[in-house]
Amino acid sequence: MDTLSARALETARLRGAQYADVRIVHSQDEDISVKNGVVENMLTNESLGFGVRVLVDGAWGFASSRDMTSAEVDRIVDLAVKIAKASALVRGDPVKLGPSVTSKGTYTTPIQIDPFTISIEDKLNLLLQADTNMARVEGVSVRNGHLTFIKEHKSFANSEGADTEQTIYEAGGGIIATAVGGNEVQRRSYPSIRAQGTAGWEYILAMDLPGNAERIASESVQLLTAEQCPSTITTLIIGAEQLALQIHESCGHPIELDRVFGTEAALAGTSFLTTEKLNDFHYGSEFINITAESIRPTGLGTFGWDDEGVPASSTSIVKDGLFVGYLMSRETAPLLGLTSNGCMRASGWNRIPIIRMTNVSIEPGTWDYNDLIADTDDGIYMESNRSWSIDDKRYNFQFGTEIGYEIKNGKLGKMLRNCTYTGITPEFWNSCDAVCNDQYWFMWGTPNCGKGQPGQVAHTGHGAAPARFRNIHVGVMK
Amino acid sequence: MIGPERAKEILEQALRASTAKQTEVRLFAQDMELTRFANNIIHQNVAETDTTLTVRAVMGKRRGLATTNNLSAEGIARAVDSAKESALRLPEDPDFPGLPGPNTSLAVQSFDEETAACSPEQRAKGVGVICRKAKENGITNGSGYFRTGMQEMSLANSLGTMVYHAGTIADISVTAMTEDSAGRAQLSAWKVNELNPEAIGDEAIDKADRGRNPRKIDPGEYTIVAEPYVADDMVFMLAWIGMSAQSVQEGRSWMNDRIGQQVMSPLVSIWDDGLDPAGSPMPFDFEGVPKQRVDVVTNGVIGSPVYDTYSAHKENKTSTGHASPPGSGLDTSFPLNLFMAAGNNSIDEMIKSTERGLYIATFWYTRPMHPRDAVITGMTRDGVFMIENGEITYPVKNLRFTQSYVKALADVEMVSRDTRVLISEPFGASRVPALKIKAFNFTGSTV
Repeated sequence: MDTLSARALETARLRGAQYADVRIVHSQDEDISVKNGVVENMLTNESLGFGVRVLVDGAWGFASSRDMTSAEVDRIVDLAVKIAKASALVRGDPVKLGPSVTSKGTYTTPIQIDPFTISIEDKLNLLLQADTNMARVEGVSVRNGHLTFIKEHKSFANSEGADTEQTIYEAGGGIIATAVGGNEVQRRSYPSIRAQGTAGWEYILAMDLPGNAERIASESVQLLTAEQCPSTITTLIIGAEQLALQIHESCGHPIELDRVFGTEAALAGTSFLTTEKLNDFHYGSEFINITAESIRPTGLGTFGWDDEGVPASSTSIVKDGLFVGYLMSRETAPLLGLTSNGCMRASGWNRIPIIRMTNVSIEPGTWDYNDLIADTDDGIYMESNRSWSIDDKRYNFQFGTEIGYEIKNGKLGKMLRNCTYTGITPEFWNSCDAVCNDQYWFMWGTPNCGKGQPGQVAHTGHGAAPARFRNIHVGVMK
Repeated sequence: MIGPERAKEILEQALRASTAKQTEVRLFAQDMELTRFANNIIHQNVAETDTTLTVRAVMGKRRGLATTNNLSAEGIARAVDSAKESALRLPEDPDFPGLPGPNTSLAVQSFDEETAACSPEQRAKGVGVICRKAKENGITNGSGYFRTGMQEMSLANSLGTMVYHAGTIADISVTAMTEDSAGRAQLSAWKVNELNPEAIGDEAIDKADRGRNPRKIDPGEYTIVAEPYVADDMVFMLAWIGMSAQSVQEGRSWMNDRIGQQVMSPLVSIWDDGLDPAGSPMPFDFEGVPKQRVDVVTNGVIGSPVYDTYSAHKENKTSTGHASPPGSGLDTSFPLNLFMAAGNNSIDEMIKSTERGLYIATFWYTRPMHPRDAVITGMTRDGVFMIENGEITYPVKNLRFTQSYVKALADVEMVSRDTRVLISEPFGASRVPALKIKAFNFTGSTV
């Protein structure tokens, strides 16, 4: 254990903390964005600091600082204890954390090529080549491309004996073509904002951004004159990237146990998946199997330990349609007679850990995508998210996608623009009658998940494959 | 708190370390504390001290950015070198006009010692009152936060700009819930003594109490009487999808083809003014340019977007002082100090004049569906009531809407004389009224 952490824990003990933990986080980011052939942003970012969480008189206090000196460590621990004592003035039952956590070890994201060893020139060339290819298509108004790389080194120690270190790498990127004509603004992206994973430079190379640039540029222009998505009830086949966000919003959030217990009610909201439904509620059809885990390669929720020191794990959330599991913390799990499955994550040294998604994914089904289309007489195929909105209990949702295609007699037909669909979460998942197989399954990421006050942005993973849903209301637009 | 003198020292140290042709250095410091409560108890309670240095190095038409919170000599030098190294490796941007300046800015008072010094015990006391009254009124989950703190921003560049501003923030938000109802209230200020926790709590509790046993109604077109939280959502969303000059230049803004036209109700005026202490003032933007008032909508006529140096250069104009933080993902300019003009009515008058309609407290999870028409979808939340024959008659369940905000603001029939300041995180604020809108399109309902 480093001296700062040891000093913080010892000082907290002397100040009367029943429990304390300290995280030191050093993050390095690199963001490159290109717009219409010129570099819009070339940003490197470095942040180092520590946060101390204490339990005093059965209530929480947390304080954090960028100043790593001994004097500041003492001041921050004192402040955390003072804050905890203030919390105790308006306290309920004393906080109980369940079994002690004594994890020890180190973890590093397995990567093939360290993205921070790749030159700026090579990264820029990739984006500019994709930009050039998009520019070949007449009618494209705005061309964007971006790359993001993160390296985060984090140490965690607690007063129960846990002492871990981990280094997490992330890589992400994509391109967007936007066409403007008449009163329409249409865009196509590749792969999407959700193309980010715990991975190295190899993740970017596998995307082949230049090879897909001309296609999406052409599609963005075609969308300007495509037919409007009809307003009707129909069969809907959803592409994997859009389904990943559907899982995030309508499954990932409602299974957060802090929401269920009302402690996120003020901002994020609550959940319809209340505790009496556990093991007694048909969330989806028999084809729906959803897992929350923090171990799958490239998932943005993949790590060694969560920010309470609980080891990475895998939990079944929906099994053959039945709701069977939550995302939990040390404080919430014992309230159900369970132990934490390691879902407490903080967005940085200056934030407390809160329950966040790890990798919440739909398991692959059995269908070949081409067979699924061929098996559909009449419907619509939609892919690539454009807008999303869902109520505070996670029931009523409405999504928009960048592009859609009519399905007629087992074949994809004409292109559709301004595609939207809406529904009620359990009705929607119970209407699923087919999920594509692992050949079409991909671990997408959501690097922009907001929650908490003060705000935190989490990076979460979502594996998904195309799936078919019956009797869906599509085409909501005024 | 760093203070102006120490901030100046750090900025000058960074400028001296730079060998770029032009250099801009910005320091953002904050000491923020937030007491969060739920289920009528404090469950999270946090403090943060951080200072970040951002360096923009310019080499001709090329520029690189670096940020760090390591303010040691080595840390500053590394950020300065990193920004310059990035700039050197980039292709030129022919539209980049160079850094603005030299600039100075007006001093605007928005710092309150009492707010900066507000203790965890003081916040707990205020939260305690809210939680006690929630319990007394049968509220099963009184939740929200009480936030206080201070922020400093200072900026210097090699052209001679040197500006500094310190401001305080006080913000209380309350969501009161029963088994089947909810109410919300929020108020922000830069002086904590302008916030009355009990009154804010009472506002939320009252709505939750009156909202019990809501009825499900059919979606469709309704007249709405909307609290200021709705107007806040409207002006923020219109800012996000199209108040920047860049969005207009690229043809993707709701302002395109509408500038100079009477598009909204004559009762609607929207402007941005970073110098008005009635909001949450900030006298300069993220490249140190003094903020100017920009009239985005005047009596329903669409005016001008806001400009930073880059977007202004494209039209041979000057910046209006609205540069957004580089690398933030926002357009290059953004309005962060929005106002919607007050009117002459009270909310009671709006209700009394409504034969049939809905009283709406808050919008939630709003997202753009068609940016050029500003078509937005979202949900109602934390208080929806039926209005019949000039009276609120019963609570209703939440509804989903799909509605053009431009069209909605064309249908504004009444505007309240009272306005409310609402601060956003991490930057920006609005001061907005309540609105009566003749027709609003609801497209779905929830369970």
